[in-house]
Amino acid sequence: MATGTLSETDRPAASPAFQQTSLNRKVKNHVATVLVWLSFLLAVVPLVWVLYTVVANGIKRIPYSNWWSQDFGSVLSDEVGGGVLHAIIGTLEQGLMCAIIAVPLGLGVAIYLVEYGRNSTLSKITTFMVDILSGVPSIVAALFIYALWITTLGLPRSGFAVSLALVLLMIPVVVRSAEEMLRIVPDDLREASYALGVPKWKTIMKVVLPTALSGIISGIMMALARVMGETAPLLVLVGYSQYTNWDLFNNGQAALPLLMNNERATNSMEPGSVGFDRIWGAALTLVLIIALINLIATVVSRVVAPKKK
Amino acid sequence: MAKRIDVKDLDIYYGKFHAVDSVTLSVPPRNVTAFIGPSGCGKSTVLRTLNRMHEVIPGARVDGEVLLDGENIYGSNVDPVQVRRTIGMVFQRPNPFPTMSIRDNVVAGLKLAGGGGKRELDEIAERALRGANLWNEVKDRLNKPGGGLSGGQQQRLCIARAIAVRPDVLLMDEPCSALDPISTLAIEDLIGELKKDYTIVIVTHNMQQAARVSDQTAFFNLAGVGQPGRLVELNDTEKIFSNPNEKATEDYISGRFG
Repeated sequence: MATGTLSETDRPAASPAFQQTSLNRKVKNHVATVLVWLSFLLAVVPLVWVLYTVVANGIKRIPYSNWWSQDFGSVLSDEVGGGVLHAIIGTLEQGLMCAIIAVPLGLGVAIYLVEYGRNSTLSKITTFMVDILSGVPSIVAALFIYALWITTLGLPRSGFAVSLALVLLMIPVVVRSAEEMLRIVPDDLREASYALGVPKWKTIMKVVLPTALSGIISGIMMALARVMGETAPLLVLVGYSQYTNWDLFNNGQAALPLLMNNERATNSMEPGSVGFDRIWGAALTLVLIIALINLIATVVSRVVAPKKK
Repeated sequence: MAKRIDVKDLDIYYGKFHAVDSVTLSVPPRNVTAFIGPSGCGKSTVLRTLNRMHEVIPGARVDGEVLLDGENIYGSNVDPVQVRRTIGMVFQRPNPFPTMSIRDNVVAGLKLAGGGGKRELDEIAERALRGANLWNEVKDRLNKPGGGLSGGQQQRLCIARAIAVRPDVLLMDEPCSALDPISTLAIEDLIGELKKDYTIVIVTHNMQQAARVSDQTAFFNLAGVGQPGRLVELNDTEKIFSNPNEKATEDYISGRFG
């Protein structure tokens, strides 16, 4: 071997190549960082803007107790006062009824798909149908229920008809989220349960569902928050009423999106006018209700989540 | 308690794939039988057919008989749920139920399949935890989640859960392969004690473990890739590890093979 060749021990601790990043890579890194920040800002700015507008315009009426405890039945359309209790009741009743129907159905479908269907033809068809249903626009769901409930069965337009249309919109979301949550429950747990001599249905009810419950609940609440803001079914399937109506099955019933649309159509939109304050107040109320539902979802799913300590 | 198992001409299939060919073996009561052999030779598959757990996999089926004290567990009117109640199982990875406390994990089998009063369940939980040598470590935190225990403790919790339903036979599928040597020692000691009350079948990749814990050893092998696994030799553990009848067994345990 020629003299002058470095042996293993003579080699410098780190070769120069490791000691500096090439200019090319530094530039690429900076460009990528700037791009990522830009797209982040681009996504966040409109969100913050919308939220700011809703809060700034809507805050005027919200702090008054009659906003939460009265309807518009006793005030003129251009008179300051009254409240949106009638619309809050409608939104909550319709949303709750929708959840009562959609959650068991959606959960049942998800359980079938994950625990029983495996790769059967029926489960493939079901998954396909759920995909299609999740792409159906709300106006189509509303018109379908109109054709079924009102034209064919001859029943009146009502809050319940709205709930039925919302069910069509909520089921795919519930199925999808519950399916994902059930799939990530490890098979180890199912096998452990079977090996104890626990029947399959009981394994699903007592082991699989509780393990996935936290995720399922947040999925349901997100879906509920989403359908409560839907407007098209309200326009088609129920008449607006400015009076409080607790009856889901008869007569007109307000809901927050419907109230906003009605005020827009019948009242002045000038900033500072009664109509303006009502619309934005209702918008902020809806945002608050949905935020509250999401908050409850987070708390509940934390409480039921599997713990380590 | 403790019943004997007789397997007669058992062939196991996954769909069209012939996984295990014609196994015949006997496991006496209050005895530890170890299944050894290379990966893919079907020893875990055979173990899972002993309490019909293989049926969880779609397309799995068997031909032949598995007799528990003379009664065929594959009989036409036998309920697999009842079979699994009688023949318990401990898995490779500790799998306590994450939503349940330590105590609820132990009595899960009883609670989910019938019930019993709170006091009765508490007693059963204590007895099972003592049986699994875990009582002293967890008696002050019975209501804490089972997932907070160490891996070795979790595996002993799973053993406690399996013996809480008072099975006749305990099947163990590589119960120590995810554990450190100290936890492994604890489980092996436990197997020695459980032998007094249960018939135990254990699958292990660790031949020293088979030599330490078992009374008889079954060596499984397969003739080649895609061929079904088969039982090569079943003999007293001492005989298998000193002077086996089959050349293949000797090659395997002496490390000359695969």
